[in-house]
Amino acid sequence: MLIPCPLCGARDSREFTPKGHASYLDRPAEDAPPQAWNDYLHLRENPAGDTRELWFHGAGCGAWLVVERNTVSHAVTGARLAREVRDAG
Amino acid sequence: MRYSGWQVLAQGIMGNRGWRPAWRDPAPKDAYDIVIIGGGGHGLATAFYLAQEHGLTNIAVLEKGYLGGGNIGRNTTIVRANYGLPGNSEFYSHSLKLWEGMEQALNYNVMHSQRGIINLFHSDGQRDAYARRGNAMINQGDDAILLDREGCRKLLPYLDYEQTRFPIYGGLYHPRGGTARHDAVAWGYARAADQRGVDLIQNCEVTGIDIEGGVVKGVQTSRGAIRAKKVAIVVAGRSSQVAAMAGMRLPIESHVLQAFVTEGLKPCIDHVVTYGMGHFYISQSDKGGLVFGGDLDFYPSYAARGNLPMAEHVVEAGMTLMPMIGKARMLRSWGGIMDMSPDGSPIIDKTHVEGLYLNCGWCYGGFKAVPGSGHTFAHLIATDRPHEAAARYRLDRFATGRGLMDEEGTGSQHNLH
Repeated sequence: MLIPCPLCGARDSREFTPKGHASYLDRPAEDAPPQAWNDYLHLRENPAGDTRELWFHGAGCGAWLVVERNTVSHAVTGARLAREVRDAG
Repeated sequence: MRYSGWQVLAQGIMGNRGWRPAWRDPAPKDAYDIVIIGGGGHGLATAFYLAQEHGLTNIAVLEKGYLGGGNIGRNTTIVRANYGLPGNSEFYSHSLKLWEGMEQALNYNVMHSQRGIINLFHSDGQRDAYARRGNAMINQGDDAILLDREGCRKLLPYLDYEQTRFPIYGGLYHPRGGTARHDAVAWGYARAADQRGVDLIQNCEVTGIDIEGGVVKGVQTSRGAIRAKKVAIVVAGRSSQVAAMAGMRLPIESHVLQAFVTEGLKPCIDHVVTYGMGHFYISQSDKGGLVFGGDLDFYPSYAARGNLPMAEHVVEAGMTLMPMIGKARMLRSWGGIMDMSPDGSPIIDKTHVEGLYLNCGWCYGGFKAVPGSGHTFAHLIATDRPHEAAARYRLDRFATGRGLMDEEGTGSQHNLH
């Protein structure tokens, strides 16, 4: 798989570490009820098809990315900086 | 027809004209007492034990493809009971005992071969950890022998003992572990369940689960609606999608695990061998192919195939451990869809819907669990009480934090197992 890093261009997936679904960006507030934390940490949509997930470009620029990927075909269709995605809400 | 050596002889003399299909191909009825979604190893075993142990036979197993077309046909066929934590320990011990009586119970040759498993260790610390695991196995009533380097050499003369980076210090030997013919396990359970009156319905995809007032009423399928008093979900790589039909989000991520097989060779590897310092384990099939696998690719996937980085890692690890396999040519590689739970252990439990039962989260260990999973899941469905060997496989353990079973000690979180 090639991941299109916005800073480095298309790079081999060996340079990256996958973290999990992009819902990791939606961290509950510290005083959120336990159910919200259970949802956040454990429960997953786990889509068979298009998904958005966090990848870390550890052997490249060190950026966290939100990668758009298909879990059935392994096609990678886009990547944005996670910081920008988070700030855009 | 009862299978036996005498039957093979008699049929051979009569030109093999007497063999019949091993199970019927019935159309679905309007209603059943129990509908099992998923005709893989676990679903078929569940149907068999419901009939065998609980006398329940008004049962349908619904399979969207063909029987045994999922992970039961895509694994590396290893059977073992070498777990260390309460919960897993008694469950896999229970499962291994069922394996040992399976062929007689099913009247089917699943080629179960207790050739022994050797987990190699490569440091003093790893030896201590394996000694502790071995003691846990012995305390559970199973077998474990700690081999030193010379002990390993006698059994496994072909390993590279002199490698400088990860020299082999010894191995934890589990003599009752081994392998079985994976497809035959599905076929054996299918035939035995069918003989007891269970309807095995293939090409029947479940498209919805009917729930009224918090009680399950049946399922919608590609072959029409089927009413049921109880519905059991046991669909491995599609657990999240099927559970979503009942409004559930599961603590499951689906990942790909790759496996590989070489061309057929003369017998050279007599056991199952696992490498302690790289993701590599290997056995030799009865056809002669070297069957080996490694770790997850570590990104969610339903593709049932993986990518080259993990393939390279597995082969590199194999070459480090046993350089002789470099002469074998790789024949095929494939992937299975793994239901990964946060703590790496499975779930066998009721759900928030009355009459709806869930069996999932087998991670990369589902094959050896087939009889134990079927047996304990059948007990739960029939009696509404968990079987004591699977009582800790609760769905709510992640929410409460009580009773987590994290064998690797890395944390109860996705992407760590």
